[in-house]
Amino acid sequence: MQSEVIENTPQTSCFAKNRTRSEIMDGFKQAIPIIVGFIPVGFTFGVLATKNGLPGHLTVLMSFLVLAGSSQFIAISLFAASMSPITIIVTTFIVNLRHFLMSAAIAPHLSKMPMLRKLMFSFQLIDETFAIHMANIDRDNFGEAQAITLNCIAHFCWTAGTAIGVCGSHLIADIKPLGFDYALPAMFVVLLIWQIKSNMHAMVAAISACTAVGLYLAGAQQLCVILAAIFGATAGVVLCTIRKK
Amino acid sequence: MHYSQEVIILTIIGMMAVTYIPRLLPIALLSKKQFPAVITQWLAYVPAAILSALLAPSLFINDGEFSVSFENMYLWAAIPVFIVAIKTKSFFGTILTGMIVIAAWRYLVAM
Repeated sequence: MQSEVIENTPQTSCFAKNRTRSEIMDGFKQAIPIIVGFIPVGFTFGVLATKNGLPGHLTVLMSFLVLAGSSQFIAISLFAASMSPITIIVTTFIVNLRHFLMSAAIAPHLSKMPMLRKLMFSFQLIDETFAIHMANIDRDNFGEAQAITLNCIAHFCWTAGTAIGVCGSHLIADIKPLGFDYALPAMFVVLLIWQIKSNMHAMVAAISACTAVGLYLAGAQQLCVILAAIFGATAGVVLCTIRKK
Repeated sequence: MHYSQEVIILTIIGMMAVTYIPRLLPIALLSKKQFPAVITQWLAYVPAAILSALLAPSLFINDGEFSVSFENMYLWAAIPVFIVAIKTKSFFGTILTGMIVIAAWRYLVAM
């Protein structure tokens, strides 16, 4: 009995080590579209911020600390329009409020994660990583090492892309070579298709899509994602209840 | 830009706080809670709803305006991308298709 335990211990730890390694590799593989997408967009952000007069080191600091693409672009335009810091912060809050929903959706799957790691995980919870994490959870392929690898690569690429943009801002302004700008929309397409698990999911997606476009055109560019998502998910629950009756 | 360095730093820290708190609260407070069934069902629809709400404006809105014309190549390129995604469910295949279609489109338009 005892020898069995002794024999088993190194094997288990070896197994665990291998699993961690394969999870990290998996995280790297899944990060490829994020790398392809984030570096050019981060670059654009760095160029734009510098051209609008934001000091380079603070631009990189913003990417590192805020890590939320669209809200950072909006912040730069508000800085350029000499808006008050309060306006900038409130706008950022509204634009990024959608992450609250993502955090709520992923929360039940993180019950085993230690608090300290949750602090970091949620700091790095962005649209793209959220979508990949949920896909992994659905396929029973979610692991902490894999998730952290993916998150850190995304965080690094966004910050590094910004830094390259700051340094190379005098070089170019047009960065749409080879269709790299379409990597992220295409990634969202396939992750959305993975999420369509029933007709009702397709219905929810269609309702959210129409609502988002409608709200955007009605002038709610900053709130359209979260409002459309809340409306779509609620409509799904309501329609499901009606159908059951 | 007339902001002092300190004001910019404080603004960035403010932006960080208002971005981090909504990301953190549900994960920190709710992950050990059992939700009522209706909330669980609602949350199960959230990923599809959010992904489609993120994607739709980027496809249908071109230069700030609703567009289904051929000028809006993001929208038309999405058709082969959706077909590949539905048929193959392939992660990289879909992304590569999108990049190739957009690059080819630009190349043809430039000719």
